[in-house]
Order: sequence, then C-alpha cells, then structure tokens
Amino acid sequence: MRAARGIASRAHPLWLAYVLHRLSGVGLAVFLPFHFWVLATATTAPKRLDAFLAMTEASAVKLAECGLVFLLAVHMFGGLRLMALEWLPWRPSQKSLAAGAAATSFLIAALFLLKAV
Amino acid sequence: MLSVRLYFLQRITALLMVPLVLGHLAVIVYAVQGGLSAAEILGRTRESALWFMFYGIFVVAVSVHAAIGVRAVVHEWVGLKGAALEVVMWITGLGLFALGARAVWAVTFA
Amino acid sequence: MTSKSLKVTIERGAAAKSAQHVFHVPAHESQTVLDVVSWIQQYADPTLSYRFACRVGMCGSCAMMVNGVPRWTCRTHVSKVLEGNAITIGPLRNLPTIKDLVVDMDPFFEKWIAAEGMHHGGLTREDPIAPVDEKSAARLEANAGIECINCSVCYAACDTVAGNPEYLGPAALQRAWTLLNDAKDEGRNAILDAVSGKGGCQNCHSMGSCTAYCPYELDPMSAIAGLKRETTKSFFNRVRGC
Repeated sequence: MRAARGIASRAHPLWLAYVLHRLSGVGLAVFLPFHFWVLATATTAPKRLDAFLAMTEASAVKLAECGLVFLLAVHMFGGLRLMALEWLPWRPSQKSLAAGAAATSFLIAALFLLKAV
Repeated sequence: MLSVRLYFLQRITALLMVPLVLGHLAVIVYAVQGGLSAAEILGRTRESALWFMFYGIFVVAVSVHAAIGVRAVVHEWVGLKGAALEVVMWITGLGLFALGARAVWAVTFA
Repeated sequence: MTSKSLKVTIERGAAAKSAQHVFHVPAHESQTVLDVVSWIQQYADPTLSYRFACRVGMCGSCAMMVNGVPRWTCRTHVSKVLEGNAITIGPLRNLPTIKDLVVDMDPFFEKWIAAEGMHHGGLTREDPIAPVDEKSAARLEANAGIECINCSVCYAACDTVAGNPEYLGPAALQRAWTLLNDAKDEGRNAILDAVSGKGGCQNCHSMGSCTAYCPYELDPMSAIAGLKRETTKSFFNRVRGC
C-alpha cells in the first residue's frame, strides 16, 4: 500500500509512457500463445475455430479485441517513440511534437477505419 | 542483465515489425468487416507463399522480441536472475516460436 | 503562521523499515524540509540521524525522500510539498539505509567508478595546455551534464535501478557521457566498454525520472541516450570490422 503510494507520487508523463509500454508488452506476450493456439485449430478442428470466431461477435469479446488492437498499436508507437528518443539526437520538444503528430494521425486513421466498419 | 547484443536484437526486431504490425492492423480492420470465419481466413492465406513469408517473419521477430522483453520485466519486477532468467527467456522465445510456427503452418500449407 | 504546527512523519531506519515516528513541528515562513528535520533532531529526538553539510544545494549530502519523491531537503520549501498539514520524510530510495535518514552512498560511488567516471589524461605537466573549443558540439554536450553534484536524487528516482541492481544508474552514466565528449579525456574505449557492460546504458528504459527529478535540472536521460547512440555506432563498427 505504501509502496503503491510511493510509486503514484513519483509518476510523471514519461514514466507513465514507460509503464504503458511495459504493460502493453506483457499483455501482448500473454495474449499471443492463445492467438496462435486458436489459429492452429484451423486445421486441427475447423468447426471449433468457427465456433470461436462466432463468439467474437459478442460485444464483450469485441471490446476485448479492441483492447488487443489498442495494446498492439500503443506498444508499436511507444516503441517508435523510444527508438526516436534513443537514436535521433532531437531536442525533447521535437520528440514530443513527433509523438503527438504520430498519435493524432493514428487516431484519425483509426476513426476513419472504424467508421468504414 | 541485458547485454548489448540482446539490446540490439530487441531494437532490430522492433524495427522489422513496424511494417508487419501496420500490415497486420490493416488486415484486422479489413477482415473483421462482415464477421470472421475459418473459411474466410483460410481462403486468404492457404497456399500463399506471401502470407507465409509475412507471418513467418512476424512470428520469428515477435518470438525474439517478446523473449527479451519478458526477460527484462521478469528480472526487474520478479527479481529472477542467473540461470533461471536465461531459462525463462528461452522458454518464452522457443514456446512462442513453436506455437506461432504451428499457427502459420496451419493457415498456409497444412 | 508560527502558531501552526506541521505533522511530520519520519520513516526511520533499515532495521525498522516500517517504523514511522510522528512529530509535531512548529511551522515557520520560508521553512525548508531540512529545517524541519533539524528541528526534530534538536528539540524532539536527539537520536535522529541525518546528513547535511552546506544547506545551499552545493554539497549533495542532504537528499531524502519527501512524500515519496527524492529531493534536496535544503532547497525544498515545506510550503511546496505540504500535503494538507502533513509531510513524510524517509531515507533515499535504492541505497542501503545505515540509520534513520542516512543511507550508504558506497554503491552509488562504486558505480560512478565502474562507469569510468574519472579523468583519463593523456598529457603530462610538460605538455602545453590543450585548447578547448567552448562552442563545439561535443563541448556543449559535456557542459550540459558537468554540474552534477552527486546527490543521488536521480539514482533514487530511477525504477530501473530499483529492479536491476547491476544497472549503473543515471548519474554515473551521465558523467561517462560528459567525459566521452570532453576533448581532454582520452578514455573513449574504456568508457564505451564500461557503459555497454552488464549494467550499462542499454538497461535504461528511458522512463525519465532522473531528468524529471534532478534538482539541478540536468538531463541524464538524454545523456544516456547519447551513450546508446555511441554504443550502437561502435557495435556496428566492430561487426563490420570482423
């Protein structure tokens, strides 16, 4: 409890980006084995795959899927931000701008695509 | 804890996956329109050398990338070190590769 | 304001990590956290151990955790950190506690040395003084980091240090970066080897707590990024070489 309070008191934007990157990474690592296993049922038990895919129509599952897509996107952009920060000798303001631009454009693109769906 | 070699492998696989992730996201958005079915997925990927390459490289890269990432997290947040840490990294990498390769094979040439 | 009192919680000692002692300290105007700790030691509990020297932010010895954040206590006004009427003060994070608010700084300085944070001279007193171009890009990089006073605030702020005991930490790596950019330092290879070893710069996750909390507003995170770039370059040069 006290440890948690200590962590919260030290939180700042870049630190939150680090935590988000780490948690999304762990989330993806946990999700991937299931993803692979489900896909492999395409040959071992095609009926079961269809049953599973039908389930993905349920709204709760849809929400979870959106969450996964979000994890993937956030981890990728977080990683790009990290590599830009490490390898490109930019000024911090340029980096924030670039990250902001990437995030905004991604959001717009995602909105468009969601509308298309 | 993390050697320079692992650091580079982590970054190189990350860069490699940028176009793959974008492609995969595009496929997701495209494929979920009108619902998913096994037949639809297989219709796209079966017998396709291109999709085999795309997802084959993806699986190799993600196995390496995730294994190194899990190594860092497990060391820093769980306190695992030494041989146990190496074992966790290799199990993560090889496990993901085995499962991923099986999945890619299943939707392409199986 | 003098009639008011502050509720001060002191987290004491390594052996008694959970020992929290509460003191009521008279509030004053322009009071620093160090003033508060000193008042407790002088008027409430003479057994309280803490460390300070200059009181003006030059010596780097009075850093403590104030409400969970590492700070120079001598340059932190109580009014800036007060939560309601309360304030919690503890020993610096990521270093072994000797007693009460005093930590053992040895690991911090040992890593400073391990990162080759010392001058690597190549000239003798017989040689003419080497000119330093104050406007060169390398000198500007070096200048950006040389004001560090080794207070260990960044080291205490860093979660990578907390989870990865081998990691050299922001202060030591920043010093290595200033030396790498110093025209008078000839230890380039030794420094690059040191900062890419087991606990090297590649362990940093760029969470930026060092830069966020440095009381001098230095930027160790960018210095470490610089080391990562140089390490990357020398790695690929070596790969190409063999």
